[in-house]
Amino acid sequence: METTRRTFLKLGGVCTLGLGTLPIVNALGKTDPEPKFVANTRELTARRWAMAIDLKACWERGDPKCRECTDACHTTHNVPDIGNRQHEVKWIWSESYGNVFWSAANPYMPLDLDRKPVMVLCNHCAEAPCVRVCPTQATFKRADGITVIDYHRCIGCRFCMAACPYGARSFNFFEPRPYIKTELNPRFPTRDAGVVEKCNFCEERLSMGQIPACVEACNKEARAMYFGDLEDPGSEVRRVLAQRYSIRRRPELGTGPGVFYLI
Amino acid sequence: MKIYDGKYILIGLIIFIVLATFPVWFTHGRTVAPPDLKLDTPVIGKMAVKQCVLPKEEMITGHMKLLNDWRTQVVRNNERMYVASDGKTYEMSLQNECMKCHSNKSEFCDRCHTYAGLEKGVDPYCWNCHIAPKENK
Repeated sequence: METTRRTFLKLGGVCTLGLGTLPIVNALGKTDPEPKFVANTRELTARRWAMAIDLKACWERGDPKCRECTDACHTTHNVPDIGNRQHEVKWIWSESYGNVFWSAANPYMPLDLDRKPVMVLCNHCAEAPCVRVCPTQATFKRADGITVIDYHRCIGCRFCMAACPYGARSFNFFEPRPYIKTELNPRFPTRDAGVVEKCNFCEERLSMGQIPACVEACNKEARAMYFGDLEDPGSEVRRVLAQRYSIRRRPELGTGPGVFYLI
Repeated sequence: MKIYDGKYILIGLIIFIVLATFPVWFTHGRTVAPPDLKLDTPVIGKMAVKQCVLPKEEMITGHMKLLNDWRTQVVRNNERMYVASDGKTYEMSLQNECMKCHSNKSEFCDRCHTYAGLEKGVDPYCWNCHIAPKENK
């Protein structure tokens, strides 16, 4: 068959028009109605959640046996107590000052300062290395700055544990339930063997309008923990950061930690 | 037509067919009672209109998809409140919302999953992490 330029262009035009019908076909072919959601009115919201820990207040009250924040957190989140350092699982725990701020330590500072306990937890970094290395995107940043783990997606490869400069992540080597000595919190799940876990800044409590469990527990006795929106100049965290000198763990790495320590 | 070693081949074929069709004729005529799901929990008992998130038929065939969608919305998108087609609002939570009504996991979830031959603790593995409500045994 002989094709003239004229018929060829006509056919081309018809074909282009045909492509334009795709959205219409898609709209007609759709059967499932879109699920509807409403805003959670109880939720506490922020642009970036952050925490400040007042070391002086913590030491005045806590040194050396206070475990209020750890206990509150670990019972709230059903964190197992494995009992040995090799396999332990922890969300918020105490390390010595010399180990936490080793770059700020020197041989001539008071000996007891070196051994003072500092509460450490996930820093919910602005540029979280764990999020960059996670091959399944199980660890991700929420819009409010919280670094969370989707335990459904975690394959237990532990890249994130290698990437985290703060050692904030723990691996479940065993089925954790037999090691949970306290009463299970029925409102929060446990984890399964083979996933990595860490502090979630109590995102489940924030969604119910409550502040994190550690801050709440600490505020009952001491007043060593502050929690709030880092982007809101009027928030509790910003207020206390504006008044006092504060340091962060290894800021030189560029991870932008969201946990501040007040000196 | 002559088949070399036809006797052995035919006997072998017959044995093979009998074995291969074993599941079909062995269970033929036998009926297994469908799972008896209990909906008599205290919370459901108090409901005026006994209606789940979706109509019953859709829940039977699609509860796994619904749960998976809820999981994605809550964990990934921080979207927690679901509006059902009848306008009721639900918190999207297996542990805190579904099990509030269906507080009898062993007489509800487990019955069908066992009937369907799903391996406990492997498929579905919801309950390896999510905590089932306490039941009075």
